[in-house]
Amino acid sequence: MNAKDTFKITPSGDREIIMTREFNAPRKLVFETLTRPEYIKRWLLGPEGWTMPICEIDLKVGGTYRYVWRHSAKGTEMSLHGVYREIVPPERIVHTEQFDQPWYPGEALVTYALIERGGHTTLTCTILYDSRETRDMVLKSGMERGVVASYDRLENILAGIDVN
Amino acid sequence: MTYSQGLDATFAALADPTRRAILARLASGDASVLELAEPFAMSQPAVSKHLKVLERAGLISRGRDAQRRPSRLEARPLAEATAWLAGYRRFWERSFQNLDGLLEQLKSQQKKQRRARRHRRLK
Repeated sequence: MNAKDTFKITPSGDREIIMTREFNAPRKLVFETLTRPEYIKRWLLGPEGWTMPICEIDLKVGGTYRYVWRHSAKGTEMSLHGVYREIVPPERIVHTEQFDQPWYPGEALVTYALIERGGHTTLTCTILYDSRETRDMVLKSGMERGVVASYDRLENILAGIDVN
Repeated sequence: MTYSQGLDATFAALADPTRRAILARLASGDASVLELAEPFAMSQPAVSKHLKVLERAGLISRGRDAQRRPSRLEARPLAEATAWLAGYRRFWERSFQNLDGLLEQLKSQQKKQRRARRHRRLK
């Protein structure tokens, strides 16, 4: 199976989202791409048009990180920061996560677990939100591509609106 | 209200399944409290409470007609929230695809370095 088809987002318990994804590389390498600024800047960019001009990482328990993304065409910026709680190379990273823009309220706790099998790595990312409501909001977006996208009529209305 | 505060209010209002259902109903046309209360088997005061939350979040507006005060869907804040949230999955999908590419590059770099080391030893 193509690695890009292995991406899954699922709910877990009341307040968690679990993302899994396989990579065709040993976990030592995947771990480095999750923790070294020069690598993170090259992949953690989302859709076309975004760059990450600032990526600061103090990789130790209690150390902080800060990512700043910029979309020069739109002239917008977003940023994320947090604190490392656990670092076990090359199998586990736990850190807090908070957007400087209050897109979702409060702080989330993110756990990365890396399991290697036959030269492939399965990355499991568990995001624990501080309330069920927040989790459900984020999840609905992922599962249904829109808050109430299951309601077709509403989607049609939204389609006619320019959000930029 | 700033853009972010607006989104906060929108998310809070949307976190409730009844309010999402009310919005879906309003997507097919304006409706009075009475018309909204019926399909949800809810009392009118209960529906009114939900409508107040939705109105405060800017998701609906209420008509002036003192008797009916029909509710109308205001789609713009919803569109803003939807646009951000729908971006979440897309963000990770794209980022992980970038990571596939980076890992391939790093693997071939490592292979080259290993080959060069072996070459030096053989000399």
